[in-house]
Amino acid sequence: MKYLMMIAVDRSSRPASLAAGEKLMAEYLAFNQRITGSGELVTGDRLEDAGTATSVRVRDGKTMLTDGPFAETTEQLGGFYIIDVPDLDRALELAAQIPNARDGVVEVRPIVAG
Amino acid sequence: MTGRRRRVPAATGVPAATGVPAGTGVPAATGVPAGTGGLADELDAVFRREAGQALAKLIRFLGDIDLAEDALQDAIVAALESWPAGGIPDSPLAWLLTTAKRKAVDRLRRETQRSDKQQAALAWAADGQQEADMSAIEDDRLRLVFTCCHPALAADAQVALTLRLIGGLSVTEIARAFLVTETTMAQRLVRAKRKIRSAAIPYQVPSDAILPDRLPQVLAVIYLIFTEGYSASAGDDLIRSDLCAEAIRLGRLLAELMPGEPEVDGLLALMLLHHARGPARVDSAGDLVLLAEQHRSRWNRGQIAEGVALLDKALRRSRRLGEPGPYQLQAAIAALHDQAPTARDTDWPQIKALYAELYRRWPSPVVGLNAAVATAMADGPAEGLAQLDVLADNDRLRTHHLYHAARADLLTRMGRTCDAVAAYRRALELANTTAEQRFLAKQLCGVSRDQ
Repeated sequence: MKYLMMIAVDRSSRPASLAAGEKLMAEYLAFNQRITGSGELVTGDRLEDAGTATSVRVRDGKTMLTDGPFAETTEQLGGFYIIDVPDLDRALELAAQIPNARDGVVEVRPIVAG
Repeated sequence: MTGRRRRVPAATGVPAATGVPAGTGVPAATGVPAGTGGLADELDAVFRREAGQALAKLIRFLGDIDLAEDALQDAIVAALESWPAGGIPDSPLAWLLTTAKRKAVDRLRRETQRSDKQQAALAWAADGQQEADMSAIEDDRLRLVFTCCHPALAADAQVALTLRLIGGLSVTEIARAFLVTETTMAQRLVRAKRKIRSAAIPYQVPSDAILPDRLPQVLAVIYLIFTEGYSASAGDDLIRSDLCAEAIRLGRLLAELMPGEPEVDGLLALMLLHHARGPARVDSAGDLVLLAEQHRSRWNRGQIAEGVALLDKALRRSRRLGEPGPYQLQAAIAALHDQAPTARDTDWPQIKALYAELYRRWPSPVVGLNAAVATAMADGPAEGLAQLDVLADNDRLRTHHLYHAARADLLTRMGRTCDAVAAYRRALELANTTAEQRFLAKQLCGVSRDQ
């Protein structure tokens, strides 16, 4: 069963210091190693901030572009993982281990089975 | 679950959950034709007893709640056709399982699209051997309890699923109990079952590592059903006994499935000790009667004895494991009330101490309110009022009728009639049920007269 874990973080929140930023990166590195080692990681990446997003809509054959993400919320998608695990309980357990779950929020969505 | 639906790419092609299957699932009394007298009642009793067990087992083997409900429904229809003439079989459960299995095969063969899960189910169902392993049936029921009460489901969905799949209530009954339309309730159930399937909410008893997190959720769902029945949040009836009885039935089932869990026994004890007062809690006009004014002879002594025995057992076990949980503490308070010969002869200092302990570990506004009332009874109204004033900052409490009703009562006892009248008026504005409004109006009238 595959799940998409979307990591949403407060746009205004930045690591308090260089050291705090490095600590966060180290935690992500450790998490990545754990789920790579267990074979649960399919893919995952960190995203550029939401200010770099472009939203695309095609209406009546015309392409419309908007600067910014499709939903304006205080919390914005900052990164994602796709994992392959037996059930939702394991997915939720891993989501709780994502470092930004402590200050942001992780949305876990099942991926429709092919 | 629906509130925050975002724009979905058109490619999903999945129709929204609008089509509510008719007559889903465990047939409660509905399947039996009315007016056939004794046999209908007998069949109804058999189905009520066996359907929950059959369903739990079918869900595990078929891996799909809807398919299991449909197959069981088919089997019950078949039973209604053949049992009246041929008699009820020796093991109705085995008969229902065998028949449901055959019906599931029929259904799966009719369907064009089959997921891998259904293929596996088909392989099981087509297997000619009777492999209904009866010994594991209780495990399956417990699995189903934890699936229904999974924290990834919304609270109202957990309650609805538990009543439907464990309690075997019909959609109509659940909708009526929670004062929503049948369509709303049916859709709530469809959405919840869809999430269980699509998100792969597991069908298992949680591991020891997460059980301490998950068990309180199950207990909370059962207690929510009880409190909804005991103190209906809206409507004309103050108590909906059917919901209380259902919650107690679920509590008994859980106590049977998880022997030796002190909080499970504590919850059952708490519900019994409260339910025992039910007959005295409302007068012939349907009005609320305060604990102090209830006819204690009308309390159900059998239920009190059972509740006290369960509580003793739970507390003995807790003492070995550590501190007693919140349900045991609340049951201990209820037991002190139930065992007191009169309101005056109640062990108020002990109740005050138990509420203080409860508030120390689970500081909720309602517990704080009760703690203040207990203080007033143990030490006098002025001490209680001082404790209530400390809680006044809490928004949820300040807009709750019980907070103002409690203040009004203490103010009356202190002789501050003007303030008491104002407090009763505020409580009256905030009360939701007509019975509570009538009660408060009566109190207000009494105080105003003394003014």
